[in-house]
Amino acid sequence: MAQYTARRFFYLLIVLLMVSAITFFIMHQIPGGPFTREKKLHPTVLKNLNAKYNLDDPLYKQYTDYLIDLFVPEITTGKHSGDVTEDFLVNIDLPFGDNAALRWINFGPSFNSRTLSVNDIIEQHLPISAQLGLGALLVSMGIGIPLGTIAALRKNTVYDYFSMSTAILGVSVPVIVLGPVLKYVVAVELDLLPSSGWGSWQQAIMPAFALGFAQSALLARLTRASLLQVLNEDYIRTAKAKGLRERRVVLVHAMKNAMIPIATVLGPLFAALITGTFVTETVFGIPGLGRYFVTSITNRDYAVIMGTTLLFAFFIVLSNFVVDLTYAWLDPRIRYD
Amino acid sequence: MSASEVVETQPAPASQVVSLRTVEKTRSPWMDAWRRLRRNRAALIGFVVISLNVLAAIFAPQIAPHSYTDQNYTALNSAPSWIIDLFPKMKPLGAEGGYVRVNDDYILGTDNLGRDLLTRIIYGARVSLSVAFIGPLVSLLVGTMFGMIAGYVGGRVDNIMMRIVDIMYAFPTLLLVILMMVFFRSSLNQSDPGTLAFRLNEIDSRTGGMIFIFIGIGLTSWMDTARLARGQVLSVRQKEYIEAANSIGADTPSIIFRHVLPNILGPIVVAESLAIPRYISFEAFLSFIGLGVNPPTPSWGSLIAEGSNAIISYPNQAIFPALALFFVMFAFNFLGDGLRDALDPRSSKEV
Repeated sequence: MAQYTARRFFYLLIVLLMVSAITFFIMHQIPGGPFTREKKLHPTVLKNLNAKYNLDDPLYKQYTDYLIDLFVPEITTGKHSGDVTEDFLVNIDLPFGDNAALRWINFGPSFNSRTLSVNDIIEQHLPISAQLGLGALLVSMGIGIPLGTIAALRKNTVYDYFSMSTAILGVSVPVIVLGPVLKYVVAVELDLLPSSGWGSWQQAIMPAFALGFAQSALLARLTRASLLQVLNEDYIRTAKAKGLRERRVVLVHAMKNAMIPIATVLGPLFAALITGTFVTETVFGIPGLGRYFVTSITNRDYAVIMGTTLLFAFFIVLSNFVVDLTYAWLDPRIRYD
Repeated sequence: MSASEVVETQPAPASQVVSLRTVEKTRSPWMDAWRRLRRNRAALIGFVVISLNVLAAIFAPQIAPHSYTDQNYTALNSAPSWIIDLFPKMKPLGAEGGYVRVNDDYILGTDNLGRDLLTRIIYGARVSLSVAFIGPLVSLLVGTMFGMIAGYVGGRVDNIMMRIVDIMYAFPTLLLVILMMVFFRSSLNQSDPGTLAFRLNEIDSRTGGMIFIFIGIGLTSWMDTARLARGQVLSVRQKEYIEAANSIGADTPSIIFRHVLPNILGPIVVAESLAIPRYISFEAFLSFIGLGVNPPTPSWGSLIAEGSNAIISYPNQAIFPALALFFVMFAFNFLGDGLRDALDPRSSKEV
């Protein structure tokens, strides 16, 4: 198991490395740079800017420099300069020397801002996307799991058809449809919730629902299939035979086992929800990370492109890593070599 | 099915009369699936909705009441009276605080450039339906080839190919597509005449930007199919009929295409048909963020994007394209679901 974990972890790093390399090279292939403007900059200014951000170096050197800045921890002494190029995500004070500290993970400065580093952008906007993603996850679980359970317990009845039709409805309304319609009906016509912005729980309800509803369909189908399978097991018959109440059989004996496949998709689902918030953020005016993710590409803000891609790729790979480990842990028969 | 039909489609020598009788009784699995699909009412409704949309897309110039580029400056953001009645917050000019121009010439109203919304929605069906049919085709072609090779060859090749799939999975799909779209749009239109890139760009601008959408979808959606195809190949490869084909000396391509492919196609077709709504919403998303079709070509995604900017004042501009998108996705989901039940007898209720 330890060896398996180590191997999967090593593999995770390789995948991230490949993702970063591919993104880096495609990104630099796109014509235009971070300082291309409608009104051309003075050649000297452009030259100085390119020199400042080392954009004149050969690509492979820029890439390795980037990786070194990002992954190799630094030990610094003296007062922290506070410069945007020296902004680290992890700062651990060390007990010796003059203000010595171990600093790690520097995504570099944003090309579009003189005062913001990519770390600043992540620190300010990732929590918002994460809250939105978490809210959406709760919505999808809150709708999907009960629907799937009802459908499985009342298989081939009206309840089942209703639940599964709702599930089909769910996958048919992407955020781009549900967002504007919800916004008009609930915020404008009924005037129940604020139409946009972020900060209060009222403002979070609609976006979380719009984002999570489609995924609830997936959870409903999964819950139904998983529970139906479990309900055919011998131990369920045993539990019923010894006279346990239906409710107890379902909630304690069946659900516990039926939840295993669902628990394993929650991680990737959460990763997908966080990384897919762009439309929701646009429709509801939420200052999340998704917006940076998209605008950085059109602005050729290389540092932000790399930072957000790596961060999102990290979430995706990490959630898959956790799933793999959970599977290996839950089912000893699974052996991956 | 009558006996004469069977004789026509499956000619058998006169000496095999006995086996002909068994042919008469059993139907091919695909015929069986078709029979089950026809009985599924929801799938049929989906099929009808899609057919109507296909017709609307093909005959858009005949059906559409206006031209999708014509701008009427006397009817910017106008709405007909029935829409004003439908949305109580839309107040017509003349009323207290009214701002909407009333113009009954346009059934669903006009956008902020005075273009007919209904016409643009009808033309938008062209983009969505092209994606619905070509998207799965691209994914099927690339994914199945990739997965079949990996699964059939096996060993180190399989390992490397599947690691490529893993890396593709780790990419945030949106980012990869946006990156690709920006790359295509800005680098290929600077290419020299005569090169492949130049021709691609020419076709793309002639189709209103659809070619690059297909390529973008193709690049990001083949992995699921590849994994599925590989898994199917692995399970089929051990079967006796493959062994039999091998033992009579069939070469690898003929085994793959004549024996493996037909037997793994069912689940892949089901998976692809269930993925169609995803392709449609994908295109809508791309157009929503301005990387899809080129204006003025209308797409439901770009219509929703334009409309949702003004949703508080002119809800009709976003809600009707959103409804169009919803109905088509709903129809494809119903049909895909029906197709799955039809092709996978284990999940069907009547046996």
